[in-house]
Amino acid sequence: MSARVAVTVSVNGTTHRREVEPRLLLSDFLRHELGLTGTHVGCEHGVCGACTIRLDGAPVRSCLMFAVQADGHAIATVEGLAPAPGRLSVLQEAFRDAHALQCGYCTPGILMTVSAFLEETPDPTEEEVRHALSGNLCRCTGYQHIVDAVLLAARRLREG
Amino acid sequence: MKPAPFEWHAPDSVEAALALKAAHGDDARFLAGGQSLVPAMNFRIAQPAVLVDLNRAPGLGTIAQDAEGALRIGAMARNARIERDATARGSHPILAEALHEVAHPQIRNRGTLGGNLAHADPASEMPAVMLALGARFLLRSLRGAREVPAEEFFLGPLATALGPDEMLAEIRLPPLPPRTGTAFLEVARRRGDYAMMGVAAVVTLDADGRCTHARIACCSAGPTPMAAPLAAAALEGSRLEEADIAGAAALVRQEVDPMGSVHASPAYQRHLAGVVAARALRLAKARAA
Amino acid sequence: METRHIGRAVTRNEDARLLAGRALFVDDVELPGMLHAAFLRSPHAHAEIRSVDVAAARARPGVVAVVTAEDLGAYWKPGPLLVPPPPIPGVVFRQRCQVPLARGVVRHVGEPVAMVVAESRYIAEDALADIVVDYAPLPAVGDLEAALAPGAPRVHADLPDNIAAEVRQAKGDYAAARARAAHLVRRRFRYDRGASIPMETRGIVAAWDAKADRLTVWDTTQAPVVIRNGLAAMLGLAESQVRVVAPFIGGGFGPKIMMFYPEEMLVPWAALRLGRPVKWIEDRLEHFFATTHERGQIHEAELALDAEGRILGVRDEFLMDTGAYDPYGLTVPLNSQCTLLNCYDIPAYESRFRAVFTNRTLVSPYRGAGRQHGIFVIERLLDAAARELGLDRVEIRRRNLIPPDRFPYRNEIIYQDFAPLTYDSGDYAALLDKALAAIRYERFLSEEQPRARAEGRHLGLGIVCYVEGTGIGPYEGAKVRVQPSGKVTLATGIGTQGQGHFTVLAQVVAEQLGVDVRDVEVTTGDTDQFDWGVGTFASRGAVVAGAATHEAAAAVRAKVLKAAAEHFECAEADLVLADGKVSIAGVPERAITLGELARLANPLRGAVKPGTEPGLEATRYFGPEMGATAAGVHAMVIEVDAETLRPTIHRYVVVHDCGTVLNPLILAGQIQGGVAQGIGNAFFERLVWSEDGQLLNASLADYLLPTSLDVPRMELHHTVTPSPLNPLGTKGAGEAGAIPVGALFAQAIEDALDLPSRGIEIAEIPLSPSRLWEIVHGGG
Repeated sequence: MSARVAVTVSVNGTTHRREVEPRLLLSDFLRHELGLTGTHVGCEHGVCGACTIRLDGAPVRSCLMFAVQADGHAIATVEGLAPAPGRLSVLQEAFRDAHALQCGYCTPGILMTVSAFLEETPDPTEEEVRHALSGNLCRCTGYQHIVDAVLLAARRLREG
Repeated sequence: MKPAPFEWHAPDSVEAALALKAAHGDDARFLAGGQSLVPAMNFRIAQPAVLVDLNRAPGLGTIAQDAEGALRIGAMARNARIERDATARGSHPILAEALHEVAHPQIRNRGTLGGNLAHADPASEMPAVMLALGARFLLRSLRGAREVPAEEFFLGPLATALGPDEMLAEIRLPPLPPRTGTAFLEVARRRGDYAMMGVAAVVTLDADGRCTHARIACCSAGPTPMAAPLAAAALEGSRLEEADIAGAAALVRQEVDPMGSVHASPAYQRHLAGVVAARALRLAKARAA
Repeated sequence: METRHIGRAVTRNEDARLLAGRALFVDDVELPGMLHAAFLRSPHAHAEIRSVDVAAARARPGVVAVVTAEDLGAYWKPGPLLVPPPPIPGVVFRQRCQVPLARGVVRHVGEPVAMVVAESRYIAEDALADIVVDYAPLPAVGDLEAALAPGAPRVHADLPDNIAAEVRQAKGDYAAARARAAHLVRRRFRYDRGASIPMETRGIVAAWDAKADRLTVWDTTQAPVVIRNGLAAMLGLAESQVRVVAPFIGGGFGPKIMMFYPEEMLVPWAALRLGRPVKWIEDRLEHFFATTHERGQIHEAELALDAEGRILGVRDEFLMDTGAYDPYGLTVPLNSQCTLLNCYDIPAYESRFRAVFTNRTLVSPYRGAGRQHGIFVIERLLDAAARELGLDRVEIRRRNLIPPDRFPYRNEIIYQDFAPLTYDSGDYAALLDKALAAIRYERFLSEEQPRARAEGRHLGLGIVCYVEGTGIGPYEGAKVRVQPSGKVTLATGIGTQGQGHFTVLAQVVAEQLGVDVRDVEVTTGDTDQFDWGVGTFASRGAVVAGAATHEAAAAVRAKVLKAAAEHFECAEADLVLADGKVSIAGVPERAITLGELARLANPLRGAVKPGTEPGLEATRYFGPEMGATAAGVHAMVIEVDAETLRPTIHRYVVVHDCGTVLNPLILAGQIQGGVAQGIGNAFFERLVWSEDGQLLNASLADYLLPTSLDVPRMELHHTVTPSPLNPLGTKGAGEAGAIPVGALFAQAIEDALDLPSRGIEIAEIPLSPSRLWEIVHGGG
């Protein structure tokens, strides 16, 4: 077993410092060291997308990184999406209005993927939305309402 | 699915990384984007004793054209960056076309071209693209540096010409001549999956529309990325008419050696090799004109 | 009654928590001193265990306990039989339930052999590698037909063969029907194994509170009350000493109701023994081996028709893969047996199935739960019959539909609830007509398809019918209470895995009590809140718990009106219940809030009158006399690339009848999700096994769930024939979407590639481009 290593990360704007084993997955670090359990774990081999977070703005799989690698980086998770406690972001609202979640387990990863996608593609077509979602598996919804929600959020964001 | 313990080093220079690799040899693995290695570690299929993390070693992520017009891509350049890089898109558009088929944006945001190639999965798209482009790889170690052509780099499934102390440091892609068209096409079960068959095609035409040079390489087609030199040779001198393409596709079917998977029988893969090669050649021809 | 809440597309009460990342899932439970379990699982499909050496594992720093079968003492015994065999004459059923840890022999890859409990999951997994097991591999049983061959290796050595069960059912006189048939269509069909793959795997956290003498278990189960009762019995505790919580669950689809999984028996036991909380979260690799599968069946079926294409009778014989143990009884094959008769008036039927033990993961119901097999068989037979008789595929179906004046229609075959299935209500021709219009059937045949063919494109259409028996008993209950705050709470014993119960059940309460849906707080799956009930399965949650909720809310409404009438000294008939208060009709300023009434009904001084109860609360139970039968038609236009055999779905139409619609938004989600799983089942998902019983694609990279690019936009239509069996008129909708998709794909692909004209038929599911290529090129 190797020695613990210090990690300092900013998560949703708050700086956290911990000492962890190098093998600790970033997903486990966020969930069990920092208690940010909104990020979910579905496969631990990078396929399902439930654990998607944003690392310096880019969506990545938190199950395919070691926590020690996040040292000095800025992470955004689902807990940071809402503008204030008790309120939802435009994207989150659109997911509720379009019934884009059922069990809700895949939802945090999808929100993190889509939040980045809409920054790059503010006026997407349905086809573009479907491509953007294709790296996040959902077993409940059949995706249709998720696609609707993303298009709805895009429209609302454009219309301000 | 938690990785076994390992000793972790994140050297701040390429030289320090090479020294660590030289010291630990096969016990150590370089950690690039981690998008293949970390899943294997989570499954405990891979249990390296030492990880040499290259993410803090500067100088490995550049994408630039050199004086001869060749495109040089640092091994740690993230796939998403290569996909969007204006220089790369201009000089070798097949890179972005093929990278688009590599997993999903979340994976490409982290994964690197060097990591992908050093992993040497014969199902992966990029090794085949490297063969088709005539890529040369810069391998570095404390002993020095050497350049290895792509066709000598891939030795078998997950096996390469890299020595235990060597790092794949840079990918060098010669410039494409004028009137060259490229195409990468694949058939996969789902978007982002490894292909059941993928074909990279590069054709160069003369002013009369006659093919002066062709390269074809396939992924998921054998123990390594599989070039189809006979098919390519058959095209040279032709006008890439439908009959020429059909003839080349038939040769591609013979030149591949697919191993089958849970998704596709070898017979179906061989059939696909012809189908996809023909489609890729048509597209490359149209782009060359 | 004018409805204000039922039938509205209310957005969900539960979403704010889920969207903000604040919803509690089992793996989110963190307790001081918590330990982590991991399981050593058999790498062999079938092997004798000669020895297990755990000494090195026990010595590893951070390991707290290593448990083998021997260490369990008297606690080691097979799990309970969840569903007993049905009361059918001549039924054969051999009960072989799963054991907590293998002793002497392992019978499938992934069967647990030892449990490690350690300070972290990482260490627990390290210790698994320290355990040395001496296995002597035995020949494995995989193929269903080979399993029944004389001299085949036996999964259970104490049994004479691998037959787990045999059931014959019949109606009418098939031999007579066959004798006078103008046409016989005989075919063999194969349906292969798949898995439900919820995005959240299974997990359990158990904590023993020595001071309170109580065990609390968080479990990803669909049936928390039954788990509570079973755990109390196994552990020798009173039911009141055990609390089982099924918090937010990341999808279930059936397999999360299998009882008891070995881990469900062992983790609470370990928490009690060690006096520290223990968590086990199944990882995705384990999930592929340790959570139940479904779908493996082989059918030999024969359809007897008259010259006009009317069905005279059906004979079907099938084998069903039950895996290594059979604790869930015969639910799946009974569903197949019953549902084969579909929406058609079939006077004679003879069916025999044999459930077969194999050296594979256990089988228990997964969304559709055997119904898709029955639908596949009858719909494929009708497609073949239509061709042989020169009839249009729609016409042959239309001629055989049960007419609307025949309801209740007696299917007669014993269903999963052990009662002869009766279809309560329906109008099947109306469903078919709506689907034909929506998919533009005539135009497709006369214009679209010929035009596409002329262009060298391969367009095909599929249209198939299905029924689904839903909402079975025995019962569910609900407790409704008005809080002094004016909010209303509802507790029920079912678990919830994304079906929107927090909203749909709130709508049912709001309807009765005139409160805002957002002011109804629903608790499901916490045995401290409500501990009578059965569980969420068989498309029954909204139907059975919904009806119980309705009854309880209606009883509270009566109490509210009575209390308000006393308060205002007026007649109940003069009262209006709306907007969270009771007012006197025509005098809106004379009003009292529900909260105030609740306080008045629970006085600190003064007497609650004899014979009355304090508070505004009621608990009611609902048990339907039988299940309600939903029905529908799916239609699809597909294009197949003739070179690669990859399909693209151009249009997908669902017409569905599930009686009264409680919430159209949530219903649409259920249907769409069901279709997506159906598409996975039909074209993407297949568990692939080697000869020696190894699962070859145990990862999400190789077991292919459909993505957003694989599931098309669906067009949904509804018809409504309310069920007479419950006060709301509802029928279940959870599984319907998944049921007909295999039959639909087979028909549409045949049509697109014009396979029957080449003498090729599709007789199996799942398909894939590679498999289609083999079929088309004569690979059988």
